[in-house]
Amino acid sequence: MKVKLQHVAHTRSGDKGNTSNISVMAHDPELYPYLKEQLTAERLHRHYAGTVAGPVLRYEVDGLAMLNFVCHGALGGGVSRSLCLDNYGKSLSAAILGFELEIPDSLRGRLLGMA
Amino acid sequence: MDKNRIIRIGAGSAWWGDRIEPAALNAAHGDLDYLCFETMAEATISAAQVRARRDPSFPGYDTYLDDRMKAVLPACLARGTRIVTNQGWINPDGAAERIVHWLRHFGAKGVKVAAVNGSLITDRVLELTDTILENGLPTSTLTPSLVSAEVYLGAEPLAEALRAGAQIVVSGRVADPSIFMAPMMVEFGWDPLDHLHLGRGNGIGHLLECGAQVTGGYFSDPGFKDVPEPWNLAFPIAEVDADGNAVITKVAGTGGAVNIKTVKEQLLYEVHDPANYLTPDVVVDFTTTRLEQIGPDRVRVTHISGKPRTPTLKVSIGCQEGFIGEDMFFYAGEGALRRAQLAKRILEERFRIVGLEAEEIRIDFLGINAIHGAMSPAPAVEPYEVAVRVAARCKTREQANKVGREVDGMAVSGVGHTGKRVPHQDRVREIIGVWSALVPRDRIHPTIRYFES
Repeated sequence: MKVKLQHVAHTRSGDKGNTSNISVMAHDPELYPYLKEQLTAERLHRHYAGTVAGPVLRYEVDGLAMLNFVCHGALGGGVSRSLCLDNYGKSLSAAILGFELEIPDSLRGRLLGMA
Repeated sequence: MDKNRIIRIGAGSAWWGDRIEPAALNAAHGDLDYLCFETMAEATISAAQVRARRDPSFPGYDTYLDDRMKAVLPACLARGTRIVTNQGWINPDGAAERIVHWLRHFGAKGVKVAAVNGSLITDRVLELTDTILENGLPTSTLTPSLVSAEVYLGAEPLAEALRAGAQIVVSGRVADPSIFMAPMMVEFGWDPLDHLHLGRGNGIGHLLECGAQVTGGYFSDPGFKDVPEPWNLAFPIAEVDADGNAVITKVAGTGGAVNIKTVKEQLLYEVHDPANYLTPDVVVDFTTTRLEQIGPDRVRVTHISGKPRTPTLKVSIGCQEGFIGEDMFFYAGEGALRRAQLAKRILEERFRIVGLEAEEIRIDFLGINAIHGAMSPAPAVEPYEVAVRVAARCKTREQANKVGREVDGMAVSGVGHTGKRVPHQDRVREIIGVWSALVPRDRIHPTIRYFES
């Protein structure tokens, strides 16, 4: 079944210069392989098209079931130069919560916030 | 040394504007051996330099130093809790003297306070650095706009001051995790080249440096990640052992949470390559970390790894880069969006007519695309309210002023039903751009001055 990422993982973003890192953590280790397979750096970059200039690099921390996306050119030139109201990009990590993933029906019970 | 010894290190702030009351709570009820404050952002030092030039009465240290010290000193003195803080900004000596003032105020005599200097290298930065990391250009290209340059110092000078008996250590720029690790080096006798323990200690410091971000702050999402009493958060406490493993926890009876999710979110916050997190003290490898919930609001953190430190230190270089002008006005009711769209068109034409010279202009609709910009989906339903937010980045203050002046024009010369404030605040702010470079470690020599109450 298709589900939004918010049911599969939680996220946080942090700033450094003109780069935002968006970490994505599976709610359950059993969901992590699907996250790792489907949420590639390229797909994440496409999701942020027009907002993250790129490149986007992905790091994997399998032991903790988490991915870290390093998004270059994401903060309008850097925190102090940015014209964006959210110049630290604190809310950037929320955008990916709407990314759609295909998860086996058998893992429905592992998903968070499904009625 | 007792191998089972545990030291308790608490956070007192994660940034300049952080709440004071959780620091007071940690001081009073955290049973802390150390209370550590982090009070700077990337541009804090440069902003302080600009302010000091304009305002001779600005002392150059944390503007909340008095509030923070008044809130925690009585309890810290009673418990014997030592304080490590970077509240010195561009004037650690002045901050130390002010802390001595408060110590005397509270009747504490003979308490030693150390000021750690040596981070500021503005006058030597061109001689000590070559290349701007962000764009590869020579650092000498920054000469005309240079405001301030400071090295990120590590934990060593802080540890030295603590070893010399300082009860309170106040510094300028120090890497955030180092503030929290210095006590571990002192209490457990870790060598500055012991990358195993320093890796763990820096990792634990990294978990503490953003305060409530590991205890349920910057975390809640209703229906997905709820925490109790999110209006009543505590700052974290680490119970650290001699091996550099720790339990992250918080004072009982507070809101928020310490769980695997809050710790994981903080673990890679502002980290790029999780296997190579560069700090002045060590290269931290977070990929081996193990987390275990061992009780309510208690997460055990083990197996963080470390690699030898690099031969260089990071330098942050602040430059004057111009001005941002910004303002906002409002539409509501039937047809709000169509009026906002016409207002945007009018402003674009007005900026052309008055010859606005800008490097970048943004005219956004708040609630629709003002935060995430181009990637924002079109609204599914007609919004009832739209705020038009205008910003431009310009070389001169004169140009940046045009943004607010043209928004003023929208009051009587704009679109029907325009809501507009009479300007009550400065609509132009100065940009301090921050660049990075590397400096050889052996060219930097921190100094320590001691004061006594």
